[in-house]
Amino acid sequence: MTRCLLLLCSVVLVSCSREDSVIRAGADFQKRLQEALINAKPGAVIVIGEGKHALDRTLSLAVANVTIKGRGMGQTILSFQNQKSGSAGVQVTASGFTLEDLAIEDTKGDALKINGATGVVIRRVRTEWTGGPKESNGAYGIYPVQCKDVLIEDSVAIGAADAGIYVGQSQNIIVRRNRAERNVAGIEIENSQFADVYENTATGNTGGLLVFNLPDLPVKGGHHTRVYDNRVIANNTPNFAPKGNLVAKVPAGTGVMVMATHHIEVFKNTISDNQTYNVSINSYLVTGNPINDAQYDPYTSAIYVHDNMIGGGGNQPDGRVARDIEPKVGRPIPSIIYDGILDPKLTKANGVPDDQRICIQNNGGATFANYDAGNGFKTVVRDAKAHDCSLAPLSPVTLTTLGSAGGA
Amino acid sequence: MRGVVVAPALTAVLSLLILSCGPSQVRSRLEGPYPKKLSDWGLFTGRLAELKPAERVVPYDLNTPLFSDYAQKNRFVWIPAGVAAQYLDPDVLQFPAGSILSKTFSYDARRIETRLLVNARSGWTPLVYVWNKSQTEATLEQVPDPVAMEWRHPSGELLKIDYTIPNTNQCKGCHDQGLGESKTTLPIGPSARQLNRDFDYGGTRENQLVHWTRIGILRGAPAAPPRLAMWDDPSSGSVEARARAYIEINCAHCHNRQAAANSTGLYLTAAETEGTRLGVCKVPVAAGNGSGDLRFGVMPGKPDESILIRRMESVEPKVLMPELGRSVVHREGVALVRQWVNLLQGDCTP
Repeated sequence: MTRCLLLLCSVVLVSCSREDSVIRAGADFQKRLQEALINAKPGAVIVIGEGKHALDRTLSLAVANVTIKGRGMGQTILSFQNQKSGSAGVQVTASGFTLEDLAIEDTKGDALKINGATGVVIRRVRTEWTGGPKESNGAYGIYPVQCKDVLIEDSVAIGAADAGIYVGQSQNIIVRRNRAERNVAGIEIENSQFADVYENTATGNTGGLLVFNLPDLPVKGGHHTRVYDNRVIANNTPNFAPKGNLVAKVPAGTGVMVMATHHIEVFKNTISDNQTYNVSINSYLVTGNPINDAQYDPYTSAIYVHDNMIGGGGNQPDGRVARDIEPKVGRPIPSIIYDGILDPKLTKANGVPDDQRICIQNNGGATFANYDAGNGFKTVVRDAKAHDCSLAPLSPVTLTTLGSAGGA
Repeated sequence: MRGVVVAPALTAVLSLLILSCGPSQVRSRLEGPYPKKLSDWGLFTGRLAELKPAERVVPYDLNTPLFSDYAQKNRFVWIPAGVAAQYLDPDVLQFPAGSILSKTFSYDARRIETRLLVNARSGWTPLVYVWNKSQTEATLEQVPDPVAMEWRHPSGELLKIDYTIPNTNQCKGCHDQGLGESKTTLPIGPSARQLNRDFDYGGTRENQLVHWTRIGILRGAPAAPPRLAMWDDPSSGSVEARARAYIEINCAHCHNRQAAANSTGLYLTAAETEGTRLGVCKVPVAAGNGSGDLRFGVMPGKPDESILIRRMESVEPKVLMPELGRSVVHREGVALVRQWVNLLQGDCTP
């Protein structure tokens, strides 16, 4: 009898600690959920019940080591369709954060913003603007910024007017097995260091997968990203970003863009049918934006694009590519294009050092052009021979604070 | 074991003693649970809604306050007997443990909410008390509901205000300074620069810093402390000084190098000297719809092409700034910042 009681108690205890708070649909849902987030103790697991829950203001979490989970990205939906205040849907400023198995829909601004956290897991989460691509949609779907040790997996991002999955100014990142559709940018790695982006599908966006650095940000100089085993297919949605934003300059029909960054390895991806180009390697200078940031490095080097399946596309170039490049290279735009702009610091001495080159190898029959943007598009080079080189493979990313959860 | 039993008894005796000191005695706390009722703090005497300060509770004003949907604000400070705030600049004064800052938001005679910042053992703790309809008491709430208000602007127009009372996280959203794990909650308003002005202490006007020093709640103030311009008093400073003061108090609690908007690279303290950091010719980063079709944060001479102005003139949640605490446009504030942008020289071509 005592044994049974003990057993019963421990079962109750376990279930209590695993799901110490279940927030179910009903009156004051938003208030109850926000109170649970405010009063959560570190280690708490807050479960949100099934249903399409209407919220009209930002939900926020500031307690470390809290897990929020739903019953599935089709079952637990936080709908911000009638949001009255706050820009983001869910805003997190706490480390050790895990979000699983729910959807965040139709927020006015960003769907899920995580600021300054160490240890972030986003798993089986959907962010979506349900009206399809619209300029009035919020900017970002899944948006960790200035975070360390970030894992985003098995998630879905649809309809963001900037980027579906956007990792900014962060360190140690794994983005895997996600689907990004009908966003302006599908997946963006910006001003970030050490990212592995693999087994994702980016399709129907304006641009599929972007890795770049921007000026005027406190965290600069992103580097070291591996982009592999992704499918980046037919990203041809007309650009619907508000104009002032950088992504508003991304031409519709962009596959993979690598800009103003270093130590990037793009391999074993399937990149096809992107109607402006499949792959672009370029400096920030081609954006035409002013650079007021003396510490900003607008150049691109140490890029290795190899063993990808690249094909189709280039038949309906858009934006600057249609304006500046098509008149020189004609249609279709070659699958891999490069602006040819080198960091003057690198070329000064004895040419570009071997480990800083732009290397392009084994991409089937992928066509190429260096469109010589630095010299007014004067000498277009279609032969990729100058880039027939290899770079040392980059190391896999490890997410130390996440332990086994972050294993590749 | 014995101590544990004795402690509650002692506490009971002590609280009886405290109570017997009379109703005008402030009862601060260094830790929770915090009183459910505003009146339990003892900050005010007489009818609560009159906000008549209890003994040693000192009213104060700021040179340039945060705009909060035209709500009027009554501010008070209480500092435990025998200790004093330490002068600092440009940061807020350093208040001793147990200090209480109180700010009551009202529309004309109607009290809406009273926010307390209590310098508790675990640091500054935000507490929000929501006033009842009969205006007899305000009750502690964690996630208060918004209040629909109508308020007549001096222009005669009736403004419909969706007045947001912040929840505990939102309080911290503005009051937390520091990045990542090093966040601490701090007051925003009571810096020496903001407090350096006259106040009417029931018939006698006196400079607030002088007054605080004279009654012993402030130490270390220099003879000529710095002064922030009053945004709405042209005699207090140039357009630039007043606009920058306004921008600082409304924006810089997030937009500084050590707070939530650090990631934007837009830093709006009055002390900032670098144009790009103030948004001049700065391209937006993660503004989304905030940027509209505009290319730069601030376009010199062109307020209509400046994202800063667009965001101040918007009431759409995804566009407006500050993100919190404003549901109508502050016309007078916008007019001042427009004047400042108009006076800026230069252009943004690369």
